[in-house]
Amino acid sequence: MINKIAASVAEALAGTADGATVLIGGFGTAGIPNELIDGLIEQGARELTVVNNNAGNGDSGLAALLAAGRVRKIVCSFPRQADSHVFDALYRSGRIELELVPQGNLAERLRAAGAGVGAFFTPTGYGTALAKNADGSAKETREIGGRPYVLEYPIYGDLALIKAERGDRWGNLVYRKAARNFGPVMATAAKRTVATVHEVVDLGALDPEHIVTPGIHVSHIVCIERVATQAGGFKAAA
Amino acid sequence: MNTNYQRRTKEELARRVAQDIFDGAYVNLGIGMPTTVANHIPPGIEVVLHSENGILGMGPAPAPGDEDYDLINAGKQPVTLRPGGAYLHHADSFAMMRGGHLDICVLGAFQVSATGDLANWSTGEPGSIPAVGGAMDLAIGAKQTWVMMDLLTREGASKVLHACTYPLTGLACVKRIYGDLATLACTSQGLQLIDKVEGLAHDELERLLGLPIRL
Repeated sequence: MINKIAASVAEALAGTADGATVLIGGFGTAGIPNELIDGLIEQGARELTVVNNNAGNGDSGLAALLAAGRVRKIVCSFPRQADSHVFDALYRSGRIELELVPQGNLAERLRAAGAGVGAFFTPTGYGTALAKNADGSAKETREIGGRPYVLEYPIYGDLALIKAERGDRWGNLVYRKAARNFGPVMATAAKRTVATVHEVVDLGALDPEHIVTPGIHVSHIVCIERVATQAGGFKAAA
Repeated sequence: MNTNYQRRTKEELARRVAQDIFDGAYVNLGIGMPTTVANHIPPGIEVVLHSENGILGMGPAPAPGDEDYDLINAGKQPVTLRPGGAYLHHADSFAMMRGGHLDICVLGAFQVSATGDLANWSTGEPGSIPAVGGAMDLAIGAKQTWVMMDLLTREGASKVLHACTYPLTGLACVKRIYGDLATLACTSQGLQLIDKVEGLAHDELERLLGLPIRL
C-alpha cells in the first residue's frame, strides 16, 4: 500500500545530506513551508545550496536557516527586500554565494529539470549582465528565427520543500491561491519532495480534474496546523 | 526653469497610460507607479490583469481587515481575484509572459534608449546587492512593453539616452515611453513624438532630452 503521509516533519526530512541542493517553494511569504525549514534546521544538514525566489524575510523560515549558517549558496531572483537583513549581512561579509537568476528563467530551469529537458534557449536575459556564467564568461547564445536567445541549464534538486493546502496518501496535492507559485514545478525537479498540507483527505476525495500536483512527484506529506500567512517582503505603509 | 508648461502629475500620467489600454487586453502592470494605472482604466472596458507570481484576473486591494497574504501581487501586497480569474504556478505564469500571450506590460525604468533598450533593474552601484526578479522576463515577453517614468532625473539629466549607462534589462524591447512631459515611441530609427504637454515646444523637449525626436 502506498502511504506518503509522514508522522512528523523530522521523519520526512531524515537523511538529508550535507551539501544537498534544496528547492524551497514560496514567493515572499506566500507558500513558504516554514515548518519544513524549521525541521531542516533541526535535522542539521550543512553546506546547503538553497533555491528560492527570495532570500528570506524577517528572522524566521528561510532567514532562520541562513542565520543558522547552513547555507553555502543561494540561487534566487530577488534577494534584496525591505526585510532581508539576514541575507544582506551574510552577503556583505562574503559568507554566502549568490547566483542571481531572472525569475522566469528560474522557474523554467526547474521545469526543465523536472521534464527531462537537457537545456533550453530563452530570450530572457539576452544582452544583459545575467547572460554570464559565474566565472564571468558569456553564456552560449544562438539566433533562432531572427531572435537572440541564451542557453540555460536545468536546476536539479536533491530535496524540495513545498507548502500545499490539501493532500491524500498517494501524495496528490492542491494548493491555496497565489501560494501555489513554485510548488508544482519544484515538486517535479527534486529527487525527493516533502509537502506540508493543512488537511489530509481520503484517496479519491480530491477531484481528479483539480489535482495540481499528482502524487508521483511527492515523496512525503506532513499535515500541519493552519497558521495564517504573514505579510512580508515589502515596507509597510506608514 | 521654463514654466510655460505643466508636467503631468503622477495621476495624470497613470490616466494617460490607461487611456491607451484597450477592451479585452491582457495586461501586466509592474511594481510601483505602473500599479496605479489599474485605478484609471476607462469605464466600460474589460481588462484582465496578470501578476507574474501566478494570478490572471487580479482585482484591487482588499478592504482593510480582509487581507489574505496567500493572495499577493508581485510587489507582495495583498490583492483580490476577480470572478473568472485563475491561479497559475510560476513556470506557467512566466511561460504566459515569455510566450507573448500578454498584450501590454507597463514598467518603470531608470533609463531607456531611443531605440528601446531598457535599464530598470540595477544602477550598477558597487557594493549594492543585485536583485532582478521578473524584470528581464517582463521586459521582453509582452506584445508591447511600455515604460512609465519622469523623463528627467531630479538633477535635470535625461533618462532617455542614445545608449543606457546602467546595466540593461533587455534590448530594443520598449515600444513607448509615457513620461511626465511627453509620450514617445522608441523605434529602430530613434524617438518619435506621440504627444506632449501643452505649452512645451518641440525643440525645448529635444533640448531637455538631448535627442532628436521625429514628428
